[in-house]
Amino acid sequence: MRLALRETILGFRRAPVLSVLSITTIAFSLFAFGLFSLVALNIRKTLSDVESRVEIRAFLADGTPVEVVSAAMGDIGAFPEVSRVEYVSPDSALARARAELGEFKDVFESAFLPASIDVRLREGHRDPASVRAIADRMKSLEFIDDVRFGEDWVDKLYRIRNVATAAGVILGLAFAAVAVIIIGATIRMAVMARAREISIMRLVGATDGFIRRPFLIEGFVKGILGGSLALALTWFASVVISRNFIQTEFFSRGLAGLGLLGGALIGLVGSSLSVGRHLRKI
Amino acid sequence: MIRFQHVYKEYPRTGLALQDVSLFVAKGEFVFLTGPSGAGKSSMLKLTYMEELPTKGDVWVSGVRAKGVKRRDVAKLRRKLGVVFQDFRLLEDRTAEANVAFALEVIDTPRAAIPAKVARALAQVGLSAKATSLPRELSGGEQQRVAIARALVNDPFVLIADEPTGNLDERATRGVFQLLRDVNASGTAVMMATHNLDLVRRSDYRTIEVNRGQIVFDSADAANRKKAEGLA
Repeated sequence: MRLALRETILGFRRAPVLSVLSITTIAFSLFAFGLFSLVALNIRKTLSDVESRVEIRAFLADGTPVEVVSAAMGDIGAFPEVSRVEYVSPDSALARARAELGEFKDVFESAFLPASIDVRLREGHRDPASVRAIADRMKSLEFIDDVRFGEDWVDKLYRIRNVATAAGVILGLAFAAVAVIIIGATIRMAVMARAREISIMRLVGATDGFIRRPFLIEGFVKGILGGSLALALTWFASVVISRNFIQTEFFSRGLAGLGLLGGALIGLVGSSLSVGRHLRKI
Repeated sequence: MIRFQHVYKEYPRTGLALQDVSLFVAKGEFVFLTGPSGAGKSSMLKLTYMEELPTKGDVWVSGVRAKGVKRRDVAKLRRKLGVVFQDFRLLEDRTAEANVAFALEVIDTPRAAIPAKVARALAQVGLSAKATSLPRELSGGEQQRVAIARALVNDPFVLIADEPTGNLDERATRGVFQLLRDVNASGTAVMMATHNLDLVRRSDYRTIEVNRGQIVFDSADAANRKKAEGLA
């Protein structure tokens, strides 16, 4: 291991320009991936904010006794998919309608809006099928006149969400693949630069594992350094965007750490593939 | 120790390099491989250190069989043999002693044992005084000595030399050849491919002549025939 470390340091020292170039290349390919992830993260966050507003409103029949309503609220609140149940009296319904409609608030006069039970759903149960199923269950209660949940809106939201997820996964994979290819190519240059050394190692009886070791360390270190640089650049970009255009959310610490680990892993895999290919040839 | 059995070697681009080569090299023997360029001498040496594997036939080197050999076994075999080339193949940015030590380090030799082994190998080739010189500070003959020291440092049973004097002037050639004779005298077999017929003629070592991928003359066979004729 000591020798592998020494050879790694020697590799950096012998070709400083190549090393800096490959770290920068890694950094920029990961930066592109980082920027994309930042956009994806923020779109996801916005969608999930919108999603959290998915609500089922069950209008109560006139004259439903209070005890029945509160018992029903207890029952509905016990549904595993439900996160919150709220009773909205005709007065509060009117106040809310006025607040929501702004300048048209005067069209509402006295309390003609029915009372309702508003239900918010837990995450993971806000897809059209789940919402519809819960709405149907509520509709079956005899004191409930009608149930609304913005069917079209929920459908559209989910279509957007699915498209965004699919685009995110495909683009993410493409960006990651580009990063792996670029990193692999830069490490391949490092391997080629040391082809003579590798051939001598083979000649005097070094095993493939032994020959690989310094390159794996080199790939790992380059991945970490490139990843850190990419993270710093992405953070800087996010600050600039937040200040000048739109408030964005940056990766959580865990996610940033995961990205760094991903960079290191890409460095490791890129190295392993490059050295492996080279070794198979000699 | 080294055995070729009906060996054929074909390269995808250049075609047949060896055809039906059979050969046995005994422990401690000195063998010259001669013949024109492209005759197949280097291919025979490559098959011996298993850089190449036979297309047909089989090769055994110190109990390792070429057929179905694993890369790990090739690595282990190479620790028991030394190889030197016309172009020395030294690491230019390392001193003579670092080049020799490299051969020990990459096979995980205990660190404490390395300096003494390196000093002994450099002394064996007469280069103790230039241990800290870089290859570019050494003459061709001296660089080849460093390469030989690197090949010897693991106490190989055979030293494989592919045109070791090809890049050297006459004086350096004589020196390197004498060194190989000394190595052989101490019990290590030597297989040396050379164009230098002068060296071949001046010694009475076994000589194998290769032409167009075939052995056309083997002095050991000739000697055996003579012996057989004498007995008859």
